[in-house]
Amino acid sequence: MTHTRRLQLKTLPLILVSIILGPLGNVFLGKAMKGVGPVTSGRFLDLVPIASQVLASGYIWLGVGCLLGFFIVHMLLLTWADYSYVQPATSLSYLSISILSYLLLGEAISPLRWLGVTVICLGVFLVGRTSPSSTGAPNRA
Amino acid sequence: MREVVLFFLIVVAGTAGELCVSRAMKSIGEVHDFRPKSILSFVLQSLRLPWMWLGIALMSLGFFSLLAILSFQEVSFVVPVSALSYAAGAFGAKAFLGERINRNRWIGIAVVCIGVTIVWWSRK
Repeated sequence: MTHTRRLQLKTLPLILVSIILGPLGNVFLGKAMKGVGPVTSGRFLDLVPIASQVLASGYIWLGVGCLLGFFIVHMLLLTWADYSYVQPATSLSYLSISILSYLLLGEAISPLRWLGVTVICLGVFLVGRTSPSSTGAPNRA
Repeated sequence: MREVVLFFLIVVAGTAGELCVSRAMKSIGEVHDFRPKSILSFVLQSLRLPWMWLGIALMSLGFFSLLAILSFQEVSFVVPVSALSYAAGAFGAKAFLGERINRNRWIGIAVVCIGVTIVWWSRK
């Protein structure tokens, strides 16, 4: 097996994991916060009981766990794969967050929102296709 | 209005926090040694920098604002709109870190902003 093939075999599954894990973390945070109810006050004293309710929710810890997992996978990926390869691929996470919100939270996503999310994915993909360093490193884009 | 304030905090405080952390990291220098002992010493070194603490405080503010908005808005609305941090990041990196943003990156950022505007129109 060639070196490039081996790299692809370990990179692609981890990119898939990061595309799912990050959005899944946000979905769990959303589920936890919906359980607490709308936070309408910005006063510190009102926020204390809300904070204790949030910390007692299992979903918040699931969410934080997923986001930590995402962070570790992302860092791992960047130790061997180029940032300019990883970043465009992870732009798909904006599509996966919509799919997961629909499947797990039952959010109705209008065609307009799908269009907006697709345009955001395209924009993030384009940002990722540019050189990761613009202050001296050779341009690889 | 409440949403605009919270999105402002998510995007601006979150991005400003990342820029502060980035500034702290750049002042320490590039990491070449990934042994646990070296990473620990790197982390301890970074915690001595005021920029790092300012960054952590601002990123925490951004995260708590995200939690607050998720309590009454849909995840499929909040997360795509917070992609505006790509634009805030580019402006901030140019002004604060002196990074050069090339034309292609500006085009990508403009496309993200168009996408965010479309998602904003889908607000319920």
